[in-house]
Amino acid sequence: MMTTVTEQARTLEKGFVGQSIPRKEDNRLVQGQGTFFDDVRRHGMGYVHFVRSPYAHAKIVSIDVSKALELEGVYGTITGDEVAIHTDPFFEMSVEPGGNIKDYALAVGRVRHMGEPVAAVCAATRELARDAAELIEVEYDELAVLVDAQEALKDEVVLHDDAGSNVVWSGVFDWGDVDAALAEADHVVKIDKLHFHRFSSTPLECAGALVEYDKGTGEWTLTCNHQMPGVGAIWMAPALRTGIDKLRFVTHDIGGGFGNKICLHPQYVVLCLMARKLGRPVQWTEWRTDQHTANAHGNERWFLDVEVGVMKDGTMTGFKVKALDDCGAFPRYEPLGCIIWAQVTPGMYGWRNIRVDFTQVCTNKSPVSPNRGYSRMQHLWLTERIIDIVAGELGLDPVEIRKKNYVKTEQMPYETPNGCVYDSGDYSAALDIALELIDAGSIEERRKDAAARGKLLGLGIGSTLDSGTNNFGQSTLLNPELQFSGNNEAASVKLDIFGEVVVTLGTVPQGQGHETTAAQVVADILGCSPDQVNVRRGHDTWFNSHAGFSGTYASQFAFTGLGAVKGAAELVRDEMIQLAAAVLQAPPEAIELSEGFARIKDGPPEAALPFMALGAIVNANNAFLPPEFNPTLNHRYVCRPYFGMVDTEKKTGQLTLTYATQIHAAVVEIDPDTGEVDVVDYAAVDDCGVRINPQIVEGQVHGATAHAIGAALHEDFVYDEAGTLLTANFYDYHVPHAMDMPPLRTGAMESPSPVAPLGAKGMGEGGGGGIHCICSAIQDALRPAGGAIVYDSCNPAHRVWSMLQDPESTRANVSVASK
Amino acid sequence: MAEPVTSRTVSLEVNGEQIEYDVPTRRLLVHFLRDDLGLTGTHIGCDTGNCGACTVHVDGEAVKSCMLLAVQADGTKVSTVEGLAADGELTALQQAFNEHHALQCGYCTPGMLMSATALLARNPHPTEEDVRYGLQGNICRCTGYVNIVEAVVATGGKG
Repeated sequence: MMTTVTEQARTLEKGFVGQSIPRKEDNRLVQGQGTFFDDVRRHGMGYVHFVRSPYAHAKIVSIDVSKALELEGVYGTITGDEVAIHTDPFFEMSVEPGGNIKDYALAVGRVRHMGEPVAAVCAATRELARDAAELIEVEYDELAVLVDAQEALKDEVVLHDDAGSNVVWSGVFDWGDVDAALAEADHVVKIDKLHFHRFSSTPLECAGALVEYDKGTGEWTLTCNHQMPGVGAIWMAPALRTGIDKLRFVTHDIGGGFGNKICLHPQYVVLCLMARKLGRPVQWTEWRTDQHTANAHGNERWFLDVEVGVMKDGTMTGFKVKALDDCGAFPRYEPLGCIIWAQVTPGMYGWRNIRVDFTQVCTNKSPVSPNRGYSRMQHLWLTERIIDIVAGELGLDPVEIRKKNYVKTEQMPYETPNGCVYDSGDYSAALDIALELIDAGSIEERRKDAAARGKLLGLGIGSTLDSGTNNFGQSTLLNPELQFSGNNEAASVKLDIFGEVVVTLGTVPQGQGHETTAAQVVADILGCSPDQVNVRRGHDTWFNSHAGFSGTYASQFAFTGLGAVKGAAELVRDEMIQLAAAVLQAPPEAIELSEGFARIKDGPPEAALPFMALGAIVNANNAFLPPEFNPTLNHRYVCRPYFGMVDTEKKTGQLTLTYATQIHAAVVEIDPDTGEVDVVDYAAVDDCGVRINPQIVEGQVHGATAHAIGAALHEDFVYDEAGTLLTANFYDYHVPHAMDMPPLRTGAMESPSPVAPLGAKGMGEGGGGGIHCICSAIQDALRPAGGAIVYDSCNPAHRVWSMLQDPESTRANVSVASK
Repeated sequence: MAEPVTSRTVSLEVNGEQIEYDVPTRRLLVHFLRDDLGLTGTHIGCDTGNCGACTVHVDGEAVKSCMLLAVQADGTKVSTVEGLAADGELTALQQAFNEHHALQCGYCTPGMLMSATALLARNPHPTEEDVRYGLQGNICRCTGYVNIVEAVVATGGKG
């Protein structure tokens, strides 16, 4: 068995919720019968190809499309000049200076990163569109290039003249009294510099859309794979100078998203313009190399001048840090990353005094976008690095220092220094399970065994929180003028004429199995089998089942998505009971819904109505119903979690609602001759409250772990000094293959969320637990070989080899001042 | 000088059906299958031959259909994911993928199934290591491979 599930689950009521029923989605997907956007065709549609900048930073002197237009089968082109005439720049979320940045759908006058689209061409075939793109002549005048965030701070080269600075946003978050905490501490541990690298989850299906324009109504239909259409439309409609009702987003199956399909609005606006200009459907499928160079990288972040206060007994009192975030050429979803981390400000620890001086800058690199674990992962990596570095410097046990400083289960719900509430969990118990799964007790023996084979062996721990269900009001901590707060998601449930239960989701699943889990929830409420529940695939704006924040992101389906499903199903259930009571002439309390029937509890078998009868009465045979009783058996429900307002002065508030726990532990072996790291043992323990479908939860844990292992060991978007991306496709950007993945052991706990509708917490992001624990394990393994300190989140063989050759340069990064 | 040939008629068997088609010589087999024949179960996940989402069988061998031109498949027998459950009954491997939760988004799945089907044909009872080795040409970004490997090993174990 590769997987061990350690159950510490509360006893679940019998029902479909809590069971690993097989997924409803699979039958079509294993037969190649899924429908992905690129599978959809329209009569006369044209294929779009983007002409992209080969330079990281340059003025556009001229663009000549005439040769492309002469090619037979080419339908038309669009350039930045046309975009500047027909659209407005996208809305920016930052205050000044970042708020003054002008971001258009195509480069206007200047390119700011390699791969930036400068023109688009549409032609009869994919091949022809590519040929035509080659014929578009663009003359550039190269400018000095910025690839380093610290250089960007100097403003010697400025990317956006409208902003006048490379700084997008900066501000200080100061909670408690960190100066006093550091002054009173017995030890102050200083870390000069840590670097969280650029990578992304690179979903296997690239981005794209098929866009149709209806000239008569002025409406666009986007058959696409945008994972957050609610917010995508908020960006696109004003830029296109139209109403949000003119944009219909339709998704079917989506080949992974991980946040990387949130910032697709620039390309989609070009497609909208092209469809309108040409009067024909247009289709664009991103190429893999284009996704890597110009779509969505995760946020790169530097942590500078870290100071941590520690008491003699190992209690940590506070820390301060300067965080410098590199968002690439355009902010897009940023500067939200400058606040999202604050959902997990103290990590899993009891720190009460924290100061974070946060600055975000632009550089000539790909724009960033939310990426699985978005912004919290970077911050949690910092807190875990702090723990291991402090433990190493002060000779404390990494397990004990964690347990000593973890927020305790008896403190739950626990309010953090910045007003977030950790809803439930038992971090020490989860750590114990993880350590048991990898047999941590035998680690010294295994270390000796490895040493005998010339290898360095180490054990690492990664404690991490997966915070779920955003309060968009946190954006006002960055810009008080923003008119966003709270969150919502919608769903509809109806009982149709032949008794069909039909569920429509506002969410946009990309592999998370929403059709299955929504069916489990509805089946339990309506008293039928999940097989009887038809959950419509994907999202469609026309079904009116969406809300302003609709989408699948930020670990919130279990709360808002299923909360909406539950709410709608309960409204339908109540009407079914009332209807059955009226027909069967019994009080509503006497009616139960079970096995696809509404019947009188303990009544005779004939006192039962099948769902078909209920559906038929309301929809087709309703003359006998009295006028005052008007059931519809068709309900939409919006799940709107309560957050309250954030305090923009103190920068406090409930920034998110649920906190799933993940504790990862790894054992690595390092070959000192090459620096090659081999993960030999690995365990991940997840506590996301009630698991609607444990198998799906475990699958998410596996996937998040694979992303983290890839990121920790080899996935890295590396730029050279000229701003050329050196890892622009799967040849050079090595994602884990089956051979690269160690055996994974998983454990599970269930600490139900007291605030979530089903007790289930959002999960799936995992907060980079694998990155934290592999960094931790590498540092542990290097202890007898010079004691290098892991300072970067990515540790491929060459970096580990360098740390083995010159541990001192990494150690010089850290100092301790003791009383 | 003669004009270069830009299209050619190919004759091949696809999922048991004999097909003749006039195809541009530059067209990749994967685009021919997807765009011309409408067999959209075969997917494209990269532009460098690394990801394996486009894996099909050509004369019984698993090949990446983005690495072949359609004209190179002239005279061959091609089978795609649509051909696996041709009689309406899922294969043991397809069932195992469902039972073991070996797919999430389902985008890599057709390629995985075709690679694993070829693997099981040459090695009916593979070990975990055999499966990992046999599937290393197929990238999955959702599952971490754990359940995929389990599903293939379990299918072999039943055989």
